[in-house]
Amino acid sequence: MSETTLISRRSLITRAGQLSLSAGALALLAGNESLAGKHASAGGNDVAILNVALGLEHEAIAAYQIGAESGLLQKPVLDVAVLFQGQHKGHRDALVATIEKLGGKPVMAMTTDEYTKSAKLKVSSIKSQADVLMLAQRLELGAVNAYLGVIPAFGDRELAKVAGRLAADETMHYTALTQAMGAALPSAALSYGA
Amino acid sequence: MAPSKYAGVALACAGVFAGVAHAGGDAARGGLLYSARCGGCHSIEENGAGPRHLGLIGRRAGSQPEYDYSSALQASRIVWTRKTLNEWLANPNELVPANKMVVQLANDARDRADLIEYLSVATRESDR
Repeated sequence: MSETTLISRRSLITRAGQLSLSAGALALLAGNESLAGKHASAGGNDVAILNVALGLEHEAIAAYQIGAESGLLQKPVLDVAVLFQGQHKGHRDALVATIEKLGGKPVMAMTTDEYTKSAKLKVSSIKSQADVLMLAQRLELGAVNAYLGVIPAFGDRELAKVAGRLAADETMHYTALTQAMGAALPSAALSYGA
Repeated sequence: MAPSKYAGVALACAGVFAGVAHAGGDAARGGLLYSARCGGCHSIEENGAGPRHLGLIGRRAGSQPEYDYSSALQASRIVWTRKTLNEWLANPNELVPANKMVVQLANDARDRADLIEYLSVATRESDR
């Protein structure tokens, strides 16, 4: 898995004129510590935003876990869910390491019970394999659009490039889930972002 | 927008908002856009990466006590109306510099109108 996927899911929320993930933090997440060293200003704001991303990774891991343990997923689809969950765990581990490296304290995951009761995940409405896939597809699409949406905010073209690559990775996830659902791919051009 | 792309949420939204289309926007389409473009960070019911939207219309920006807003938004004195939401969605950081949300996902006026129509219905606390 490319290390450029290490930040995931709606994490690139920024303050105007001040990237939420500073160039240094993004470089760390992109696996380029030498570049990170050139941007030594990564501070509390970066940690806060990275913790937002970490919280979302916890959520994604929980969602896939709930799906995997539901007994609703057939073997080929279950394999995909486990694969994607493993990638999110990789995201989580990288975020934890980065937050600690910046001197922050990583947020903890909520309990399984809290995720199960989450209105956002709507676990109680999951009755079939299609429902599980629909949840995962919804989360991945949100990530695609979040990354695309933040690109115009970057003054640093290299950061915009990283966000674009992350969006491409999330789009791959979304596409795989859509295929697993047997659903049609978008028919229109330019269907992501706005 | 490709209808098939949003099939997952289409049923729920269509069921609630079927036929609810106004000159100002199409709430059903807005619901699909909300899920696809806003749903990563926001939901109606719960705070997450972004604040929940229940009770949004008429609320002062940055005033929900359970959410950690930027000081910029808290100090903005904005009250969420169709007009201010339209300006916010077009470019959040032009309206409120230094706020947390710089994501731009509603550059199109029709998209904004549909999103706002959806939000005006879906976030009503009185309907809960």
